Amino acid sequence: MTSPQTPDNARRKFIAAAGAGVAGLGFTAIAPGLHLMAVGEANAAPTPRKAGEPANPAVRWGLLIDANKCAPGCTKCIDACHTENGVSANLPDPRQNSQWIRKIELVDRRPGKTRGHVTQLPMMCQHCAEPPCVDVCPTGASMKRADGIVLVDRHTCIGCRYCMMACPYKARSFVHAPLNDQNPEVPRGKGCVESCTLCVHRIDKGQQPACVESCPEGAMTFGDLNDADSAIAKRIASVPTTQVRADLRLNPGVRYEGL
Amino acid sequence: MFTPKPRQEENLFYLLAAIGGLVSAIGLAAALYMEHEGHVVTGMNNQIVWGLPHVVAIFLIVAASGVLNVASMGSVFGRVLYKSRAPLSGLLGIAMLSGGLAIIMLDLGRADRIIVAMTHFNPTSVFGWNVILYPVFYAFVGIYLWTMMERRMNPYSKVAGLATFIWRIILTTGTGSIFAFLVARQAYGSALLAPMFIIMSFSWGLAVFIVVQATMYAWNGMQLPPLILQRMKNLLATLVAAVLYFTAVLHLVSAYFAKQTAFEYFILVDSEFSGMFWIGQVLIGSLLPLTLLFHPATRAKVAWINLAAALVIVGAFFQLYVFIIGGQAFPLEMFPGYDIKSSFFDGTVDHYSARLPEILLALGGVAIAFTMTTIGVRALHFLPQDDIAELEAAIRITD
Repeated sequence: MTSPQTPDNARRKFIAAAGAGVAGLGFTAIAPGLHLMAVGEANAAPTPRKAGEPANPAVRWGLLIDANKCAPGCTKCIDACHTENGVSANLPDPRQNSQWIRKIELVDRRPGKTRGHVTQLPMMCQHCAEPPCVDVCPTGASMKRADGIVLVDRHTCIGCRYCMMACPYKARSFVHAPLNDQNPEVPRGKGCVESCTLCVHRIDKGQQPACVESCPEGAMTFGDLNDADSAIAKRIASVPTTQVRADLRLNPGVRYEGL
Repeated sequence: MFTPKPRQEENLFYLLAAIGGLVSAIGLAAALYMEHEGHVVTGMNNQIVWGLPHVVAIFLIVAASGVLNVASMGSVFGRVLYKSRAPLSGLLGIAMLSGGLAIIMLDLGRADRIIVAMTHFNPTSVFGWNVILYPVFYAFVGIYLWTMMERRMNPYSKVAGLATFIWRIILTTGTGSIFAFLVARQAYGSALLAPMFIIMSFSWGLAVFIVVQATMYAWNGMQLPPLILQRMKNLLATLVAAVLYFTAVLHLVSAYFAKQTAFEYFILVDSEFSGMFWIGQVLIGSLLPLTLLFHPATRAKVAWINLAAALVIVGAFFQLYVFIIGGQAFPLEMFPGYDIKSSFFDGTVDHYSARLPEILLALGGVAIAFTMTTIGVRALHFLPQDDIAELEAAIRITD
């Protein structure tokens, strides 16, 4: 299996040949006031991907979440995600509603000084480098994009829910009822499994995931884990961070600080 | 036991076939309803993603491969007693697999995309392997039945039987591996599950065979020769004990691992599944049948042995229910050492109640197996014909 870190040489050569000028043009076109200088700063916006252009295998998108900054009672990231992706919670049995992102409250029960300490954090698809959901999917509908984003192809998902059995993060939801008023950029479907897409449609437009943008505390950092100069990679290199269920060695793309 | 007269027999056959067909059709209608409304009409949710349909389907699939062992013992291992039972065993294998697969396929969120499952293959998926394992199983059993029933093909039946036997071992390994390859949940992810499923299939398959055989003999007003039942009962007892042994080892090893103790306590002591485990699986499904099969007052009586086999089947459902539903009801342990809660019910033990559509779908699958068996048995004359003298001679040699 090709690891997400493995560079696609042909693709790299093409990008190099395209030249910095073109890249710069593309970059400045994202949003006024955003320059190449911004790369390396917190939450740099990604380079937009043109239609028909494959995802860049040299990149691995990830999130760093600072649990210390995650405010109790705040659900802005959840609201933003569910608005952006058209996820609603209206079924009589709440356990059947989709939740692409949720707030988890942890109370430390380990002996020691931190016992009783309460931590909040958002939990979503961890975009593993070795995703069990992708391994178990019979049709290959669960897949990892070249830039590390784990997605479900809604055209080939048969709704067997084996991926939900395999995911250690309870990150996936099954669409239990017919859907209305969908966001055209985020197709969903009854009978299919879904989960956080890292707002892939926004990333491809050069924007950040909706949850990251909405966090008033700046608790979430988005960026390229493979780029040593990115804010996320620098932060991960400088402070202790946690991978949830690190014992499984799935190498998640979402990391936590302050746990 | 009740034995119908010839005229009555014909009417009764049509009645049974009609009931089987009707229940199958109701199951299909339930599946269409689920397809139309979505799984919101079922008791399944985002925590317990596999429910009663999967319990029943996996029983049928596991027992389907196990029931074929009766044939294998005749053709592959040369046991005369089982040889005359091989065609019935093949038919039951095909019928039960059909019922089980029908449930699994109709429960899919997108059952209409079944063709996608056949045209898109992911080699790392155990489910993906099963997409290949099942059709090939049908082909092997079909060819095997042909070599047994077509006189010119008889010389090839041993080879066909051996191929089918090997394939069914692979198939059940595949079924057990569906759970063995799950790293996320405490209940699964053990290599022991693959061989355990094979032993379970031997036991449940033989129990189903004994019950079906008893019904057929009663239907035809015949008495199963005690010699035959004696042999089958000893084998069943051995297999029931073996399943119990595997169950004990699985839970003992799991309970030793510190990270697993909370889950084992949940399943074995403190949950709605504890009673099902001890009373349903251990007592009704294992200890009671073993007592009936070995106790001097019951071990030689046909009715008690048949009851023991029926109890093994009941116990099998309890076992799968505890394993599949209980395994999912226990919350995922994402943050060891922390209490965890969320709007998505993290850290909460879930409760599952099957609702009518999924109950009907599950019953529909059983009805498919029942109808195929009823029609097959009558149309193809699968009643075992024993040559008792030959049998006694063979048993003297093997003993």
